[in-house]
Amino acid sequence: MTSLLILEQCLNGLQFGLMLFLLAAGLTLVFGIMDLINLAHGSLYMLGAYLVATLTQASGNFLLGAALGIAATAVIGMALEVLILRGLYQRDHLSQVLATFALILISNETTRTLWGVQPLQLNVPAWLSGSVELLPGLGYSAFRLAIIVVGLAVAALLYLVITRTRIGMLIRAGASNRPMATAMGTDIKRLFTAVFGAGAALCALAGAMLGPLLAVQVGMGENILILAFVTVVIGGIGSIRGAFVGALLVGVVDTFGRAFMPTLLRHALSPAFADAAGPSLAAISIYLLMVAVLFWKPRGLFPVGA
Amino acid sequence: MNKELLCLLVAGALALPLQAAEKIKVGFISTLSGPGGVLGSAIRDGFQLGLEHAGGKLGGLATELIVEDDQQKPDVAKQLADKLVKRDKVDIMTGIVFQNILQAVEPTVLGAETFYISPNTGPSDLAGAACNPYFFAVSWVSDSYSEASGKNVNDKGFKNVFVLAPNYPGGKDVVAGFKRYYKGGYAGEVYTKLGQLDYAVEISQMRAAKPDAVFFFLPGGMGVNFLKQWQQAGMGKDLPLFGTGWSFDQDTLAAVGEPTLGALNAAHWNLDLDNAANKQFVADFEKKYGRLPNEYASQGYDAALLIDAAVREVKGKIEDKAALRRALEAANFKSVRGAFKFNKNHFPIQNYYLRQVVKDAKGRYVNKTVATIFTDHPDAYVAACKM
Repeated sequence: MTSLLILEQCLNGLQFGLMLFLLAAGLTLVFGIMDLINLAHGSLYMLGAYLVATLTQASGNFLLGAALGIAATAVIGMALEVLILRGLYQRDHLSQVLATFALILISNETTRTLWGVQPLQLNVPAWLSGSVELLPGLGYSAFRLAIIVVGLAVAALLYLVITRTRIGMLIRAGASNRPMATAMGTDIKRLFTAVFGAGAALCALAGAMLGPLLAVQVGMGENILILAFVTVVIGGIGSIRGAFVGALLVGVVDTFGRAFMPTLLRHALSPAFADAAGPSLAAISIYLLMVAVLFWKPRGLFPVGA
Repeated sequence: MNKELLCLLVAGALALPLQAAEKIKVGFISTLSGPGGVLGSAIRDGFQLGLEHAGGKLGGLATELIVEDDQQKPDVAKQLADKLVKRDKVDIMTGIVFQNILQAVEPTVLGAETFYISPNTGPSDLAGAACNPYFFAVSWVSDSYSEASGKNVNDKGFKNVFVLAPNYPGGKDVVAGFKRYYKGGYAGEVYTKLGQLDYAVEISQMRAAKPDAVFFFLPGGMGVNFLKQWQQAGMGKDLPLFGTGWSFDQDTLAAVGEPTLGALNAAHWNLDLDNAANKQFVADFEKKYGRLPNEYASQGYDAALLIDAAVREVKGKIEDKAALRRALEAANFKSVRGAFKFNKNHFPIQNYYLRQVVKDAKGRYVNKTVATIFTDHPDAYVAACKM
């Protein structure tokens, strides 16, 4: 029984990590390559989830809704880059934080005006709603397995694109030394627009995969953005590999902290103290992880351009 | 020219006190934007419908309703309260959703001896030792819903319950209310981080702990997340889930849909409560706003009706605060929850019902009243109130 529980919690950790990876991948690309702190990344995630929910309801088909929603979010992301963010690259990080924070407020209120304050309905399609018996006595939600599969597929795809293709080479060049990449004749403007569009598409994909698990409501982006930033910082800014490893670490540490910390503490300390401290310690476990990583590796696990 | 202007000003200044006597100013601070905005909007919509049903005149007085958005930020709410109390000189205030917001404005409002009618949050200290002659709640004390849930779970004979709540004082209070009436054992008691997104870990723990029922309190978006994940993990089939009415209000049901089906929860109001006031409220609310009302809207509506009745009773002489207080205490209005009376701490003595989520004839997910858990139930803190 206990080993089954541990196995199940491992799966939960893996799944939570991959969930974060979908968001962190786009964030780290934009942050690392364009040197842009984009707080509005969470807003694109919210927008993606809203579009997917609306289009799924309109078309009655989750896959079609998701595909259209992702495409629409990518287009909106690129428009955002061309119209607004492009003017921010030359500014310092403080200006970027201020401007993208303004974008959060604007997009939250726009979403509220367009869709209303009530959360939207986006549920798992019927063919993914059951649970799969992985081992005797270990049933696991089919949709969470789908998140694991999609997360791994996105990781593999990004790995292939970045290491094996010409555009990936340009992205790597842009991330490690931007002036040099420009000097060698790379059209950095178009590259940035494309990267930002890809980041927005990943956000919308995250919104489509997480919408059925989480509340689709105004402000949903801000909660998860903090976790995505922690992941990016642990992994090393600009590194997809770092985002992947960081996301898995955060997922597993958070899951195990919540699942086993209170029980472990009860063995070591008085029950009353353990009950009070356990949940709090579990809640900050990923931040302790971040502190530890930054102490020994100040630039993250996989620093880019070192 | 200057003389004329002066005359006008003096005339205006003289006329001012007379005008003030002919109208009532109501300050309405609520959370109208951001994730909590869904709750404040429901209260506002309910209050405005109540005002409309009173002919736009609370107690026959011309009514000026000043609506402000606190953005769920205590500092913003404090500034708004200062403005409403000191500059606008409102006669009555209402609207606040969250306890921490109320705590921020309480000294300003009650200190200035302005009446506050709470359409939602009911902190236990204000029901007990800190009860205040200027504070009234048309809602409940924050642990009343969970008391009712605990009583229901206990009466059904469950012996091994798993409890899940967020790790903050409000969460602990609600669980304390549950424990006051549930006397059986616990398969587990887990407190999660406030604002947690994913509950897979806790759901796995529940499955492993083999409880015979689950009681959870997760307000707002957390509850939506949990319910969706609960259903996907296939938990609903053989494990009964109990909650508070806050997790199953009409807006949540519309957002979550199928995963809520069959869940049992406790509340003091429901769509289907059989009284004339409620039928009119539900029908007119749906007509005006295009959606079904929830508890929050019903509380906003009742707040408006309570003010209307009290102002009418004092014949519009709202400057006489002692008389207005007596009129508010009398609460001569037809509440949508049915019978309504205030206890000596200005909190309601009322019924609490067991509700179950079902699909109605139009295919919507709604609560159906299954049983009455408490009849004329006072809160647990009234004894400490020396008023």
